[in-house]
Amino acid sequence: MKKVLTGNFAAAYGAAAARVKVIAAYPITPQTTIVEIMSEIVADGLLDADFVKVESEHSALAACIGAQATGARTFTATSAQGLALMHEMIHWAARDRLPIVLANVNRALAPGWSIWADVTDSIAQRDTGWMQMYCENNQEVFDTILMAYKIGENENVLLPTLINLDAFFLSHTSQVVDMYDQDTIDSFLPPYRPKFKLDVNDPRAFGALTSPEHYYEFSYKIQMAHQKAKEVITEVGKEFGRTFGREYGLTESYRCDDAEIVLVTYGTIAGTAKDAVDRMREKGIDVGLLKIRYFRPFPEEEVCQILKHAKKIGVIDRAVSFGHEGPFFSEIKAAMYGSNIPLYGFVAGLGGRDVSIADIESVVNYMGNNESSNLIWIGVKK
Amino acid sequence: MSDKKENETVDIKSANDMPPMPVSLGSMRTNKTASWRSIRPIIIEEKCKLCMICWKYCPEPAIFPTAPPTIDYDYCKGCGICIEECPFDAIISEKEGK
Repeated sequence: MKKVLTGNFAAAYGAAAARVKVIAAYPITPQTTIVEIMSEIVADGLLDADFVKVESEHSALAACIGAQATGARTFTATSAQGLALMHEMIHWAARDRLPIVLANVNRALAPGWSIWADVTDSIAQRDTGWMQMYCENNQEVFDTILMAYKIGENENVLLPTLINLDAFFLSHTSQVVDMYDQDTIDSFLPPYRPKFKLDVNDPRAFGALTSPEHYYEFSYKIQMAHQKAKEVITEVGKEFGRTFGREYGLTESYRCDDAEIVLVTYGTIAGTAKDAVDRMREKGIDVGLLKIRYFRPFPEEEVCQILKHAKKIGVIDRAVSFGHEGPFFSEIKAAMYGSNIPLYGFVAGLGGRDVSIADIESVVNYMGNNESSNLIWIGVKK
Repeated sequence: MSDKKENETVDIKSANDMPPMPVSLGSMRTNKTASWRSIRPIIIEEKCKLCMICWKYCPEPAIFPTAPPTIDYDYCKGCGICIEECPFDAIISEKEGK
């Protein structure tokens, strides 16, 4: 069944299609409609789930952690300041290996108060142990929620996922979303059956005191799970393609095969960049696009494979790591260590500033006429 | 509620033997928590008057009120409170790992 949905509705319907058992979330613009629609779905009896009303985002994720530890599939959603408030619990969910799915509507952090798109909020959660992916469109939001549960719940993975969608560009923009047939979704995503859970008939302590003898190995196991997750993400993406007709991977390569200049970006900028690439190709410019879907685990092998034939690489970030450069640029530069390909680091669109096709054409134009540089601000009023 | 895990022990030699998350596999009795002790309290039997003040003060509690009292070195953190509180200087400290 196809419907015209905003990104927030796609996220809510995606979680409902995944048959989540517990939803705990606190409203924050621009995520609010996710919470609203989920509470309606539960109140209307359309989903067999508990909707837990909480007093903060910290409590929202804490409630999900408790519920997930009992063996229930859980879902939450937030944005910016809300994600920052969850931070302590974000570590907890990952270290307790609870495959919770969190839809984060990427929003800039205050002050100045901004409700507009910027990925600084999710980048700030980089080292928590969560898988992190970035959506280009509303179909990808819906699809990725279904895949994220299947990937996260794999017994060799057991990791939570942060699914990122840009504020307003996706959250409040309507697009056609294919919602598939629920029976097919149910066979693709069987119920969550964890090996270890809170159960009064088989009591266990979770998250207990862990001495230096064991903490180190638990951290090592999280890293091993991330490495394994790269395979699982690829396998599940292929299975999704066979089942529903849309295949996904860690990255998406668009017209890269013979490209001299390859742009690397993520989120909604990747969608605009595809149009920019098409337009430049018509003018005879050999340009391609590498869209990064997963930031963690970081797909360095795929990135190297796709970028090694490029003559120039330009990365566009919707965030900046103050005192350094764009966060994705750092990763791409590190992945390409040892190659002689010039790398350009661009920052654009902070705080929801629009990144247009013309902006992306100007990036390619800049790369044609200038030496490479780690931090180039697109459209800043200097 | 079952107590089947009460005496279960888990032999952990490598990360492969460990569960993915810090979850108890057996009883918490198998979770020894004294690895960071730097001093070891030792009860001198001849000086002990069986007043059990050490048993009352031990915060863990890792001292059992036997005659003479016994110290469970799997849980004693070496805080030295028993040494400080013993009115008869019947508990001495010895440096660990020498």
